[in-house]
Amino acid sequence: MSKPRLMQGNEACVEGALEAGLRFFAGYPITPSTEIAEMLAERLPRVGGVFIQMEDEIGSMAAVIGASLAGVRSMTATSGPGFSLKQENIGYAAITETPCVVVNVQRVGPSTGMPTSPAQGDVMQARWGTHGDHPVVVLAPASVLETYVLTVRAFAIADELRVPVILLSDEVTAHMRERVQLPDPGALPRGERPRPGRAPANVPPMVHFGEGGRILVTGLYHDPSGFWTEKPEEADRLLRRLCGKVESRREELTLVERWYLDDARVAVIAYGCVARTALRAVRLARERGGRAGMLRLACLWPFPRHEVAALAEKVDAIVVPEMNLGQVLGEVERAACGRCRVIGYHRVDSELIRPEELVPVLEGV
Amino acid sequence: MEELRFLRREHLPHLWCAGCGHGIVLGAVVRAMDRVGIDQDRTVVVSGIGCSSRAVGYLNMDTLHTTHGRALAFATGIKLARPDLHVVVLAGDGDLAAIGGNHLIHAARRNMGITCVCFNNGIYGMTSGQYSPLTPAGFRTATAPYGHLERDFDLCRLVQAAGATYVARSTTYHVHQTIEYVARALSHEGFSFVEVLTQCPTYFGRRNRMADPVRMLEWFRQRAVTVAQAGRMKPEELRGRVLIGEFHRTEEVPEYSRSYRDLIARLSGEGDGDGR
Repeated sequence: MSKPRLMQGNEACVEGALEAGLRFFAGYPITPSTEIAEMLAERLPRVGGVFIQMEDEIGSMAAVIGASLAGVRSMTATSGPGFSLKQENIGYAAITETPCVVVNVQRVGPSTGMPTSPAQGDVMQARWGTHGDHPVVVLAPASVLETYVLTVRAFAIADELRVPVILLSDEVTAHMRERVQLPDPGALPRGERPRPGRAPANVPPMVHFGEGGRILVTGLYHDPSGFWTEKPEEADRLLRRLCGKVESRREELTLVERWYLDDARVAVIAYGCVARTALRAVRLARERGGRAGMLRLACLWPFPRHEVAALAEKVDAIVVPEMNLGQVLGEVERAACGRCRVIGYHRVDSELIRPEELVPVLEGV
Repeated sequence: MEELRFLRREHLPHLWCAGCGHGIVLGAVVRAMDRVGIDQDRTVVVSGIGCSSRAVGYLNMDTLHTTHGRALAFATGIKLARPDLHVVVLAGDGDLAAIGGNHLIHAARRNMGITCVCFNNGIYGMTSGQYSPLTPAGFRTATAPYGHLERDFDLCRLVQAAGATYVARSTTYHVHQTIEYVARALSHEGFSFVEVLTQCPTYFGRRNRMADPVRMLEWFRQRAVTVAQAGRMKPEELRGRVLIGEFHRTEEVPEYSRSYRDLIARLSGEGDGDGR
């Protein structure tokens, strides 16, 4: 383990990306993600990589995909308005199966909203922001150290499954400073791209530009050779395989943390910055004799519905605190399917949910 | 016929309409590639969305058919990731000058090492004939049924002002010039731009009494004025004409990916300065 350091969430993201082998970053300044671009502008050329500040958010997403297709691990970072602008090209990455990592540090929306304040309003946009059914993986860190770990993981998943991976951070996690001890270099698996001769099920081997493959990459529906097609059976096969390669790995993409769930009668399901204060609320409730627990979600999509369904069998009620008007809440209700009560707790005034306000909710059910 | 090696002949015939000029432009591009002897295994051709962007389907090399307007931004990522590759963008006038206009001026400003060929038919053909920023004033389109009220861009002057270091214009009537300008653009290290006027008899011609593609080619011949000829003409004689020729060429501006490589080399010479 390295020496302990005081580090910001965005800084941990940069360290994780470099550890994962990031060598290309394209971005556009936007609060509260800008530190990532600034740090990479300094660091990348020192390791032989490239940083570019593009003319807009759309162009930076495009450049990231282009660099990835040329064989380089690539990433961009943004926040709400920029995330909206990137959506069309995120869909392009999904249909062309181009590995890439998109960091979205959530701030209060819609629109310009409150640029320097936290929110969790982009959960559904991260999943469904681009048009059409498509595969995507969304990870949500709740600490500075986890931002590092999940950034490395994001690159591994992106490469192995050839999908865009969204690291869905938030203004609190991104700007908070914590004492962290990073794992040793090489300690976390970095994953690798499927290549001719060694590709997992459902994921085609990847040939990069400049390798003599003379490939065609297109956002049109295409047959296995890559050429565009309008044949219904080819279209059906492509989309089902694209979505299936993530869906079929739902269990291995389940990243949850369980707190005090063994005897819990009421369970919190939380993610991101809210999971921190929710855990404190659970502990406070326990100190007062309550049987509360928490299931923390670090991977939001694919949604771990099997975990939620199993939890709903065991507890009387699930409380879902979120800094939005109920985005994960709907997924929890769907997975719980009436097996227990599901209660949302929402805050959309730019203030982080406090432990003291959650305790009465846990005790009231 | 050596240039045929640059085509995916198994995917021909192409999808363009009878009389469309895009095949002439694509033919000029592959002849220019043959003339300068590009390595088709070290070349990436990028396009956006529109009729002309389908050209990449027929090119036997690494090809990328991207989103509308964004070809140059994708190409920027490729060039910076692999500066050793030859990166070419083929795009229509609507793609480059309207939705992708921002990327066009910034790729030119950076002097990105990309050769960009604009297939300018002055119309959105794929969506059946709406006006583009290159539709000349007064002409009729599906969205200008009473004649177009807007002025068109002079795209060559625009990219030159933005910083492009090779700029030329030709037409599908002037095939030999087109091949030569594209060949010079391919040999140029910085951002090179060739605009080629190409006919869309189906959606532009039919609405403007030029349904016959030969009429459109004759129109290009009549409208085109070389830079040398223009110098001897009065302003009123130049009205409605199109300047063709090589407008700008300089080797004095550093190409961007080279500048970045120089930065990497300089920093590696300094060592890991901050100890990280």
